[in-house]
Amino acid sequence: MTPPLLEIETLHTSFSTEAGIARAVDGVSFQLHAGETLGVVGESGCGKSVTALSILRLVRPPGRIEAGSAIRFEGTNLLALAERDMQHVRGNRIAMVFQEPMTALNPVFTVGDQIAEVARIHAGASRRSAAAKAVEMLALVGIPDPAQRATEYPHQLSGGMRQRVVIAMALVMNPALIIADEPTTALDVTIQAQILELLADLTRRLGTSVLLITHDLGVVAENCSRVIVMYAGEVVEESTTVELFAHAHHPYTEGLLGAMPRVGRGAERLATIPGTVPAPTAWPVGCRFRERCAFAWDRCAKDHPPLYQLGSGHQSRCHLAEEPNRRAHPHTPLAAASGVASA
Amino acid sequence: MRRYLVLRALQALGVVAFITTLSFMVVHLAPGDPIGSSLQGPNVTEAIRQHWRAEYGLDRPVSEQYVRWVRLVAHGDLGFSFSQRRPVRDVFADAIPRTLLLSGMALLLSFAFGIAVGVLQAEQPNGSRDRWLGRVLLLLYSVPDFWLALMVLLLFSLRLRLFPPGGLHDAVLYDYMTPPQQLLDSLKHLVLPVLTLTVLSSAVVARHQRGELVSVLSSDWMRTALAKGLSWRAAVRRHAFRNALLPTITIFFANIAVFASGSIFVEKVFSWPGMGYVTVTAVAARDYPLVTAGVLFMSVIVVTGALVADLVMAAADPRIRLR
Ligand SMILES: Nc1ncnc2c1ncn2[C@@H]1O[C@H](COP(=O)(O)OP(=O)(O)O)[C@@H](O)[C@H]1O
Ligand SMILES: [Mg+2]
Repeated sequence: MTPPLLEIETLHTSFSTEAGIARAVDGVSFQLHAGETLGVVGESGCGKSVTALSILRLVRPPGRIEAGSAIRFEGTNLLALAERDMQHVRGNRIAMVFQEPMTALNPVFTVGDQIAEVARIHAGASRRSAAAKAVEMLALVGIPDPAQRATEYPHQLSGGMRQRVVIAMALVMNPALIIADEPTTALDVTIQAQILELLADLTRRLGTSVLLITHDLGVVAENCSRVIVMYAGEVVEESTTVELFAHAHHPYTEGLLGAMPRVGRGAERLATIPGTVPAPTAWPVGCRFRERCAFAWDRCAKDHPPLYQLGSGHQSRCHLAEEPNRRAHPHTPLAAASGVASA
Repeated sequence: MRRYLVLRALQALGVVAFITTLSFMVVHLAPGDPIGSSLQGPNVTEAIRQHWRAEYGLDRPVSEQYVRWVRLVAHGDLGFSFSQRRPVRDVFADAIPRTLLLSGMALLLSFAFGIAVGVLQAEQPNGSRDRWLGRVLLLLYSVPDFWLALMVLLLFSLRLRLFPPGGLHDAVLYDYMTPPQQLLDSLKHLVLPVLTLTVLSSAVVARHQRGELVSVLSSDWMRTALAKGLSWRAAVRRHAFRNALLPTITIFFANIAVFASGSIFVEKVFSWPGMGYVTVTAVAARDYPLVTAGVLFMSVIVVTGALVADLVMAAADPRIRLR
């Protein structure tokens, strides 16, 4: 088998805060293969964005990636690279699409300039050829009248157009990997589908791998072949998308699936997971999902569950893997019993 | 954009008119008058004073004097200074260049220092360097300007005797110096007032620069710039600096009143015969024409500063420029 394009090993990223050390990403490992679109899901605050920023080494103080972590990309450990070599990776081999297209673009430069900048940094393009490249990229992402649009400023474009610009910027150097951190969360529902389709279409054509971060399992279902579920700074489940939707194992994943709006269930009230993600400065011992779980028993308060292998490529961080018959006896989760509601 | 310009210009005119009218009324209604304070002596009788009051129209109601003054100013005539016994225009012709020299140098230096300090602080927000510089700035920000001017005078001039205590140049020896010596002497006289004014306004500039930079450095588009592959330095230079500098310049122009009032005290303490010194001295002498003209000048400067601030901002920010 060919080695994975990206291989993350026990990534620990923490922030020193006034409340203590926030272990935002706490031992995350996963692999992403060439040409694949891998989904990362989880509620907000689970460490998805910090994982993404860690890959590009864009975590700023007071945050830091701890020793012992490894991020291997195309065979090299990015964490061992000199900053100068890392700059050659950013925007060139790995590009990023951020969540907020409004604020991700600099308000005082034209969108053409901002796209051209990538070509100038990495391809050493002249001003003129970089500008031409920018127009070409705008056309590629389906922006009408690209030559005119290139001279406009971000505030003159709609949210959907801005996100197309951000995607154009990411594709300039034809990178091997695009990390898209909730690329459509800030957009109108109708625009969301268009943007995702555009991203899927272009990356398929160019053979680009995608790490698609989202809190929406519907987005995963439509775009990803495999998915990892994150909770409280950890991977709690990993599987193919088909397997996940058919046989989700972790109660957290089940909760996310239950909270998904589905066709034909429109008006019905969605199930929600009671309680909230615990604070990253004080992860509970044992299972971090325990208080919100309908199956938790005394073992969950003591033993931190490892990732159990459930079959080919399917793993789950839940003791139910060893004691499956406990699934027959759900109870009210602690968080719900103590009256802590969640959104 | 054009509509906006016209509106802002009208507003500025209104403010100038209001301030000068107010100050005209205040000086005229205050006790004493220019004749009383300039025409003194054992053989000057009250009748003589009354004669001169009538001559200058000072015995007329304030409203009538005001209308006359406005008419004169509209024709470009600022009147005659009682205390200096020459036209206000001539007084200004001497004083304005001196003030421009002093404030211009202080302005340049305070921008250079202020921005440098702000950049040093913003590099590691809330790091130890940031906290220490922040405390020093807060101190400078809160000392009264006249107090700082006096302390500088006491320390560097009277105690250490490094620089002369005030004036434009050496009162006695200047005329006997060679041109290079004269230049050196003038520069020596500039040091302390420029230093004081620079210290005062660098604090303002640094605070704004730091604040702007910190928010800009943690902005999403700064992260985008880094994610593109720019080095930290290049990203700061190309993206952050430009975005942070403009608001600093703007805020500074908008606060030019602080600078103007600072320069009044500094000129007074160091006997620097610029606009601030001349105006303050004129108040004591009840020199109505000079006071009101001085106030008119200052308010035009302050209002223009605010206007320039708006225009700079508008020209630099496409969100405003293209509106
Ligand atoms: N700059 C920071 N300083 C302190 N804590 C941070 C910082 N950035 C992120 N965190 C913490 O890291 C955790 C994970 O955040 P994030 O990765 O943004 O979550 P999400 O899964 O929603 O993308 C959160 O608890 C957040 O509070
Ligand atoms: Mg996030």
